[in-house]
Amino acid sequence: MAYNEKVLDHYENPRNVGSLDKEDPQVGTGMVGAPACGDVMKLQIRVDDQGVISDAKFKTFGCGSAIASSSLVTEWLKGKSLDEALSIKNQQIADELALPPVKIHCSVLAEDAIKTAVSDYRKKQKALG
Amino acid sequence: MKLPIYMDYQATTPMDPRVLEEMLPWFVEKFGNPASRSHVFGWEADQAVEKAREQVAALLGADPREIVFTSGATESDNLAIQGVARFYQDKGQHIITPVTEHKAVLDTCRYLEAEGFSITYLPVQKNGLVDLDLLAASITDQTILVSIMAANNEIGVLQPLADIGQLCRQKKVLFHCDAAQGAGKMALNVDAMSMDLVSLSGHKIYGPKGVGALYVRRRPRVRLKPIIHGGGHERGMRSGTLPTPLLVGFGKACELAMQEMETENRHVLALRERLREGLFSQLTHLELNGDLQHRLAGNLNVSFGFVEGESMMMAIKDVAVSSGSACTSASLEPSYVLRALGVSEEQAHTSIRFGLGRFTTEEEVNFVIKTVVQAVNRLREMSPLWEMSQAGIDVNSVQWDAH
Repeated sequence: MAYNEKVLDHYENPRNVGSLDKEDPQVGTGMVGAPACGDVMKLQIRVDDQGVISDAKFKTFGCGSAIASSSLVTEWLKGKSLDEALSIKNQQIADELALPPVKIHCSVLAEDAIKTAVSDYRKKQKALG
Repeated sequence: MKLPIYMDYQATTPMDPRVLEEMLPWFVEKFGNPASRSHVFGWEADQAVEKAREQVAALLGADPREIVFTSGATESDNLAIQGVARFYQDKGQHIITPVTEHKAVLDTCRYLEAEGFSITYLPVQKNGLVDLDLLAASITDQTILVSIMAANNEIGVLQPLADIGQLCRQKKVLFHCDAAQGAGKMALNVDAMSMDLVSLSGHKIYGPKGVGALYVRRRPRVRLKPIIHGGGHERGMRSGTLPTPLLVGFGKACELAMQEMETENRHVLALRERLREGLFSQLTHLELNGDLQHRLAGNLNVSFGFVEGESMMMAIKDVAVSSGSACTSASLEPSYVLRALGVSEEQAHTSIRFGLGRFTTEEEVNFVIKTVVQAVNRLREMSPLWEMSQAGIDVNSVQWDAH
């Protein structure tokens, strides 16, 4: 299978690879997928005092499309509010990267990662009162 | 050195230029139908076909009259298994084959199963080899055929053919061997290995695609019900006009394989070991899949822990290899061969098959080692599993949500 140009670009020049301190109360972490299924995504967001995502990082074990999907969402997330972040749908990711049907699950995983990261952040904030 | 580098010799081999040279006159100039008995066009084609038959037979230590030409190993497997099943079904309806066989064998068995035949899919040991005791215990008075490959296409392991053949002979069960990957790379002899049926392929041994053969033993005679009818070619076992140029090429490929097997195996094995040592000395968390000793010289199947196979292939795009990862196949299931060895799904997703052969060079191997090491290091930096492993977390102990 030949890869789409945008997938290749994100794969070869992934944006925002790395980790944030997952103990930091300003950081939300989402780890989704399973090694046995061939893809695991870790997405982290840092949320500033205004409730805006100021930084996003990812690490992904998975195919090129999975890596590209997570790289793409880290770009999209920066500067967004949490509600805006939650409005990102997998179809937008799939469309942007022109993912073939067999790779749609990569975009679903990326959407799940956003949801999990936001909910982790909110849980932490709630615990702090 | 030319890029990309071909390192997928178990998928197919480039044709040897010496093979092409032999074939060329048989397309335009000498185009006769070998079945034409009434003129010189047919006679010369027939002579060429019979020479090819001798060359193919010699590779197996067989009689040329025992060679049936086909379109390739898939057809040969179908003819052998279906042909035996249908001819001997009154004797018994049980067939045994290992779970790690090629799909050409497994799917044919499944097809017969749907028709009422009973199939035992034999598990293999952790190293990929058939357990002879288990095989012996699986043979019943209903068993008519055992089908076991010479060399595995994914992990390259070589089955103990002589022992299997002896066991089958003793139990009066026919032994079919898919030798598509083994032929020309290991010494095969139908008598020493007590083989009754052997499938061969042209394009795995530097010959043309679209041609193969089935060896069918004459003494004691093995009978088959044909699956292709029309004209009674190949002693009624496989009708259809013989493709003279393909057969000439196939014959030449067999001759070259036989002449050069020893030196070629030495060359290929040295390169394979260079590759293996290069990778294992520079990277940690690697697993070799399949037995190292009983293995094709040109096969290396390695799992690169925490690095998914498809992303790895993207990272080494100048090197043509294949992966046991689900992402590379239509099925979304990781390699059934690796799973049968007890390899975890996770490890199967990280496997890469390197196939080396006649035209692989040391320079290419050096380049591949360098490229793979760089890619693995880069992808591990990107892998959350690697990060966890480095932090001392056992990835297997984590509760992952299945999806």
